[in-house]
Amino acid sequence: MAGGTGLDDGGKADRFKELALPHLDAVYTLARYLMRNASDADDAVQECYLRAFRYFDTFRGGQIKPWLLTILRNVCHTAYSEEAKLVYGEGVEGEASADPIWREDVETPEQTAVRRADSETMRRLINKLPAEFREIIVLREINDFSYRDIALVIEAPIGTVMSRLARARRMLRDAWIAAEGGSTLR
Amino acid sequence: MNCDEANILLHALVDGELDAENAREVEAHIVACQKCATALREIQELREAINPTDLRYTAPDGLRRNIKGKLPTAPAVVANRRAALKGFALGATASAIAATGLLLIVTRDDEQQRVLDEIVSAHLRSLQGDHLTDVVSSDQHTVKPWFNGRLAASPPVMDLTAQGFTLLGARIDYVDAKPVAAIVYRRRVHIINLFCEPASTQAETRASMQSLHGFNVRSWREKGIHLWAVSDISPDELSEFGEKFAAALGQ
Repeated sequence: MAGGTGLDDGGKADRFKELALPHLDAVYTLARYLMRNASDADDAVQECYLRAFRYFDTFRGGQIKPWLLTILRNVCHTAYSEEAKLVYGEGVEGEASADPIWREDVETPEQTAVRRADSETMRRLINKLPAEFREIIVLREINDFSYRDIALVIEAPIGTVMSRLARARRMLRDAWIAAEGGSTLR
Repeated sequence: MNCDEANILLHALVDGELDAENAREVEAHIVACQKCATALREIQELREAINPTDLRYTAPDGLRRNIKGKLPTAPAVVANRRAALKGFALGATASAIAATGLLLIVTRDDEQQRVLDEIVSAHLRSLQGDHLTDVVSSDQHTVKPWFNGRLAASPPVMDLTAQGFTLLGARIDYVDAKPVAAIVYRRRVHIINLFCEPASTQAETRASMQSLHGFNVRSWREKGIHLWAVSDISPDELSEFGEKFAAALGQ
């Protein structure tokens, strides 16, 4: 079935691989944060690349990374709705108490102010944010996306990007302070 | 510049997203305002606490191999209509963003307005051609199971014939880029679309009535469901519909 157009598909596939595969780690990173476990992230990334290849003809040049992440995000949404795992905007207060807060020793509170947080802690705190705030932190702080690219990926106006990012950072900072407070007051 | 504006623009300043003129304005504000200066320092502290390199993941080799293995022979299936439309929408979003520039601050009210626009647009679309219903039935026990497997959560489908609202059927629609259930009722010759999606909280909100392009939209949250009833019937009749629906839901 695929034999008839083998050459075209082959050429297209080569070009696609050349453009899209270098971004695999970035795509996988967002998938890990959106799905919050490795095997679901694997599935989502695979589906994303297959879908991206199918729609590759509609890709109009420019940066391929935001385009790929837009597709990934849609794949993750579909996965969520199929398994009814997560609704965007779902609060996380419920699970906060069940999760142990950071228990490692730290210096005095004064010294901790500008210290880099332990990566595992930061990962966990990001993962506790509601999905729409989690994704914007990942896109901005981890993927270093511009506001314009974030707007493309989350399919929202730049104004929304700005207000949501402000809120996401406030939430993450509060969670970070709470986690550190919990460990220093021990 | 007031503190509310500055509070959002501080982030753009930190992220290098402001042009020189706006950056100067924000910086001038910070010099004069202790509160915003502190807010700026807090943003910077958080950014310093985040180490992007450590927070990234590396795709497993198996995943990379799998994708490579599947690509060359993947059939170039024609994107379905919905996907094609989505592609257009994305293109439109991109050009709209390019046109608006940076300083377009969208408030919560704007978001709600946008959803309202989409609800009314979806209602209008549904009245054209054969888009009204995907499942045609006046029996709630036929309509409700039809959603199984099509949406994450099965929406409430109430028979309100006795109350003067005839159930016509249902379909899946898209609002705010998310699939939602649309349940269709008729009042005399008027169509009512009832859109439902799982709400983000269990908190109930009182119904609000808004009017757009000659249509009335009644929206409220109840039992963890966000509902929008839209129709060209009068606000009084639409409120009556909402109350009857809520009463049936409460039983």
